[in-house]
Amino acid sequence: MSILVGKGTKVVTQGITGATGQFHTRTCKEYGTQMVAGVTPGKGGTDFEGIPIFDTVGEARAKTGCDASVIYVPPPFAADAIMEAADAGVELVICITEGIPILDMVKVKRYLAGRRTRLVGPNCPGVITPGECKIGIMPGYIHKPGKIGVVSRSGTLTYEAVHQLTGLGIGQSTCVGIGGDPVNGTSFLDVLELFNADPGTEGVILIGEIGGSAEEEAADYIRREMKKPVAGFIAGQTAPKGKRMGHAGAIIAGGKGTAADKIEALKAAGVKVAASPADLGTTMRDALAR
Amino acid sequence: MNIHEYQAKEILRRHGVATLRNIVASSPDEAKAAAQELGGNGPWVVKAQIHAGGRGKGGGVKLVKTPQEAHDFAKAIIGKPLVTHQTGPGGRIVHRVLVEEGCAIDRELYLGMVLDRATSRLALMASAEGGVEIEEVAAKTPEKIFREAIEPVVGLQGFQARKLGAALGLPGGSLGKFAKFATGLYEAVLATDASLVEINPLVLTKGGDLVALDAKMGFDDNALFRHAEIRAMRDPNEEDPREVQAQEYDLSYIGLDGNIGCMVNGAGLAMATMDIVKVAGGSPANFLDVGGGASEEKVAAALRIILADKNVKAVFINIFGGIMRCDVLASGVVAAAKQVSLSVPVVVRMEGTNVEQGKKILADSGLDVTAAVDMADGARKAVAAAKG
Repeated sequence: MSILVGKGTKVVTQGITGATGQFHTRTCKEYGTQMVAGVTPGKGGTDFEGIPIFDTVGEARAKTGCDASVIYVPPPFAADAIMEAADAGVELVICITEGIPILDMVKVKRYLAGRRTRLVGPNCPGVITPGECKIGIMPGYIHKPGKIGVVSRSGTLTYEAVHQLTGLGIGQSTCVGIGGDPVNGTSFLDVLELFNADPGTEGVILIGEIGGSAEEEAADYIRREMKKPVAGFIAGQTAPKGKRMGHAGAIIAGGKGTAADKIEALKAAGVKVAASPADLGTTMRDALAR
Repeated sequence: MNIHEYQAKEILRRHGVATLRNIVASSPDEAKAAAQELGGNGPWVVKAQIHAGGRGKGGGVKLVKTPQEAHDFAKAIIGKPLVTHQTGPGGRIVHRVLVEEGCAIDRELYLGMVLDRATSRLALMASAEGGVEIEEVAAKTPEKIFREAIEPVVGLQGFQARKLGAALGLPGGSLGKFAKFATGLYEAVLATDASLVEINPLVLTKGGDLVALDAKMGFDDNALFRHAEIRAMRDPNEEDPREVQAQEYDLSYIGLDGNIGCMVNGAGLAMATMDIVKVAGGSPANFLDVGGGASEEKVAAALRIILADKNVKAVFINIFGGIMRCDVLASGVVAAAKQVSLSVPVVVRMEGTNVEQGKKILADSGLDVTAAVDMADGARKAVAAAKG
């Protein structure tokens, strides 16, 4: 078992003719993901290495039955792409694009309200269920099928955690990158709910960072509802206030969103928080053993 | 990206936000002429233009009674550093002053607009505690801050503004003016993709008018591509020269005050690398994310920028190659080493795609580079190397 994506997931790539879209569509297909369609307006009727390309997501869905979309279109057009996928009724939309204006995402969030589409990202590495389905830009080979769920605001730091887990012989059920932007689709809390309900997940690693209060909300849920052990790490303990640390959402604003506050909230909820990012894997292992 | 007070007021004025008449001046003579042009019998207010709060307390704002006084105060501060609690001990050099007409203040209020991340909406925030640091008010007396979340479909509604105005205790006759002011603020945010607007203080004059006595605006960097006019307002004097240089190479760099230079791919891993340097007993000199698919040129530029920092006593390169290939990283390090001498020890931890090729390139280069087996090992070695 797993969450969000699996063997049966059929994926459409929005922005399939760009260099990034092509590269990752190919690596995901090689991993075994069912890459069934691509969308680039104006390129309908052509194909990319045998994958049919359509002008609209609606057409791609009608012809291929795709139930997930992955978006690589450039920032100025990404919000439009997300809404197009939602309009076509695609159940899961994973937006990899980094650099979407915040006010565009405020509109997208409102547009998605009340619709059945779930958005993951933007500015995220994607979602992978090891051995079954990889949607996004993460290196597939570091993963190993297993029972630990991973949810994170960061890309490479997630790879670091996964690499440590795999090195310890601990596999992953599903790894979800929720992205580093201040306005995103799926939250920590949403993913924790899914992992909590998934019989194939026995423990969860949560990787947060400075900025916002998503980790505090997650901690509140963990304290009240979580039945499985959770290990965590918060990046940015040494970050200065008021500076945006790479991710648009990673900023301590008005004294809020510090790593110390988040670590305290997670610890109070019973989460085993790794003191060093080198201990992510062993912290999860120890949390499982208790 | 941030701008100066005079620029923020210019933008806000265009959207119907009331400000006082003012003229920006970059020399004492211009300051004197500005006061004369504004006319009246004074007094005028002369304000240092730097991107930092606390200018009043730092001695950068003065009420002057004659144009000559405006001249003298401008002369005293232009070209010199102004130190406030936000600038750090070195302060910022004042290049311009804003000369503004005075007004009869009845009350000082606060009005701001930011993104409320919890609801993914813009929020208008108001407080009767104007003129003081809003963070302090939020921390000590959060009940004194009133908020209205804005529904993106319909925008800020008049009733929401009136509700805030009433909560601030404004006289009935000023509520309409307050609503106009707040609406202008909201429209300015939408028109410019501002990520923050603060009017502190917002002044209720003795005549019942509302004017922005100070104004601060920051913008969403992700939206600057569609605002050439805002981009043109950037003042490189206000930015860390290392950060400006990094931007040219599309590198995400933040200068810090430690002595371990860090080069990492990915923002989360870059923050975690700073953290692990601290765990190992050291202090990071910078945050630097070379990005997911960095080229050899970018890696070389990153290393040059790190090495240009005289505080740096060791460099820690921590790469988890996913998209980024370790051989590209290694070639970049070798290329940079040819341009600038590696004056300090370099510790490299590489993992992921093409890691063996990367290690071979570094080994064959003859460069004096220390290899680390993992993040913790790399941090320990870098900290030890910095101690000499």
